[in-house]
Amino acid sequence: MTKIYVPRDMAALAVGAKRVLAAIEKEASARGETIQIIRNGSRGLLWLEPLVEVETPEGRIGYGNVKPSDVPSLFDAGFLKGGAHPLSIGKVEDHPYWAKQTRVTFERVGIIDPVNLDDYVAHGGGQGLAKAFEIGPAKVIEEVTKSGLRGRGGAGFPAGIKWKTVADAPADRRYVVTNADEGDSGTFADRMVMEGDPFVLIEGMTICGYAIGASKGFIYLRAEYPQCAEVLTEALEAARKAGWLGENVRGSGFAFDIELRIGAGAYVCGEETSLLESLEGHRGIVRAKPPLPAHVGFMGRPTVVNNVLTLATAPAILAKGGEFYASFGVGRSRGTMPLQIAGNVKYGGLYETPFGLTLGEIVNDIGGGTLTGRPVRAVQCGGPLGAYVPPSLFDTPFDYEAFQKHDSLIGHGGLVVFDDTVDMMQMARFGMEFCAIESCGKCTPCRIGSTRGVETIDKIVEGVDVEANIELLSDLCNTMKFGSLCALGGFAPYPVESALRHYPEDFRKATLPAAAE
Amino acid sequence: MSGAVPWNEARAQEIIDAHLGLEGPALPILHAIQEEFGYVPEAVVPQMAQSLNISRAEMHGVVTFYHDFRHAPAGRHVLKLCRAESCQSMGSEKIAKDFLERIKLEWGGTANDGSLTVEAVYCLGLCAHSPGALYDGEPIGRVDGEILDELASEAQKS
Repeated sequence: MTKIYVPRDMAALAVGAKRVLAAIEKEASARGETIQIIRNGSRGLLWLEPLVEVETPEGRIGYGNVKPSDVPSLFDAGFLKGGAHPLSIGKVEDHPYWAKQTRVTFERVGIIDPVNLDDYVAHGGGQGLAKAFEIGPAKVIEEVTKSGLRGRGGAGFPAGIKWKTVADAPADRRYVVTNADEGDSGTFADRMVMEGDPFVLIEGMTICGYAIGASKGFIYLRAEYPQCAEVLTEALEAARKAGWLGENVRGSGFAFDIELRIGAGAYVCGEETSLLESLEGHRGIVRAKPPLPAHVGFMGRPTVVNNVLTLATAPAILAKGGEFYASFGVGRSRGTMPLQIAGNVKYGGLYETPFGLTLGEIVNDIGGGTLTGRPVRAVQCGGPLGAYVPPSLFDTPFDYEAFQKHDSLIGHGGLVVFDDTVDMMQMARFGMEFCAIESCGKCTPCRIGSTRGVETIDKIVEGVDVEANIELLSDLCNTMKFGSLCALGGFAPYPVESALRHYPEDFRKATLPAAAE
Repeated sequence: MSGAVPWNEARAQEIIDAHLGLEGPALPILHAIQEEFGYVPEAVVPQMAQSLNISRAEMHGVVTFYHDFRHAPAGRHVLKLCRAESCQSMGSEKIAKDFLERIKLEWGGTANDGSLTVEAVYCLGLCAHSPGALYDGEPIGRVDGEILDELASEAQKS
């Protein structure tokens, strides 16, 4: 029986994977062919979705951008045996976009059946947890520290140190919370790993729980990912049934369970203290730090709050060793980063690679430039709180420190490409507007500053006292940066300031005709 | 959305009670209430406050903090259009503005015949297929005016 892979990843569904699946099933039954459909995650070659794969003795052959109307011709071409067809991309593993990656966190994503635990184990799943049980909690934290893994949510705090802080905090109970409130525009790595390999997150959370002495974990998932919630629910159910979660995890005597919680559309809840407030059932208002969540977290107990990717990387670190992971990367940015190449880009997708590629390599060589074919004018790195970077800085290597040097951040690894039609003043205005919509309201600079920011930019648009208002806007950005408690108010100025710095001409359009006279 | 039932206090209490064992049950309850009734009726606020042993003001604060909890029923179908940066890079603002003008709606508005509510959303994680949308929870990538018009007329029929 031929195995056919049709992704259930949300991005594949968004471009018609379900209709393609129905067409394949219909055509197969009309032709009397017996096939086995596997709903895998996405390989991350997103511009090729729906990417249908067929298992052959030579390997998995891919057919990209399949439409339902292509299906009869695929059968005619003998695609069940990997036959040649205009949509064929050959062996998926040989495709340069795939072959040049270093997949660690995304090792199995797109390859396995995400909710089949046997498939997970057959592809190396579970080895990290087994190793953790073998070496004990203290050594687990040592391994994670040695790996140099930093929080992948954006702040880049060393994961091992956070885990140790929680483990060392005296408490009657502790918690592991996965931050799956992936709200940054241009990011989808969390979603892809949860939809394509949910057991790796479950295993990572279990390893963390074991290391810090927690018996309960939460996944705080954003409401905008309904398909992801379905996959996670199925996977949690399967894990419980197989004894991977529960009173006695895999016969180790360690008790651990995970509860899935759904957010309710508040961007600020991706900030860890706001997330904890929300999880407790309150308004998602940011807490002042200290105390750190590692000391006083969920329900006042020591809590590890880590991003999906951070926890999903723990199993590979345990299985292959901290040194293996640390052998990738540059400077203090160790390991690999799943880059998300998005926006106006030809080859958008997920690309996991060691830190250190330059931004230009990522955008032009891997991403292939803009989809519209026009010149790249700006790349926003790190979501709505990240700076706009012009092509003149494309030689910047992708690592935490190098980006910081240019007052920008890598955040969660999302890159949104814009062509030369973008109006950077409007993007700056949107940055402020978004902050105003999503501010939790606790700090004045963020709550009121963002609204004043929008008003000030509107004045600049109208050409009212342009230079004075630009100065006022810069001043306002400074106040927000240093006067806000969390990254929302503190980082919302970054896109605005970067737009002012790199694209000053966009802010002076209203004055230009006058100057020309 | 279709499938919602009329407000029923006893049923609401059942939903609340079913979640009381959770640590921090407020959001799961509110989601379940909205799932059942299609929105979060004002009447559930004092009821939840009582059950969770918090003040009405605090409960009101929770309900109103989150964008996703509706204070009135939505149309039969809900279309969420992404307005975040990645989608803007592919012209989402103009596509949405033109569409809203054609169907004479504003952001958050519901068509007069109750067929469709159009809401803004900030990122659906479909950023390699921008602009993105969710129609009754189903994702759609590479959204354009034609696709939106089809959805609006489809909404009117069912």
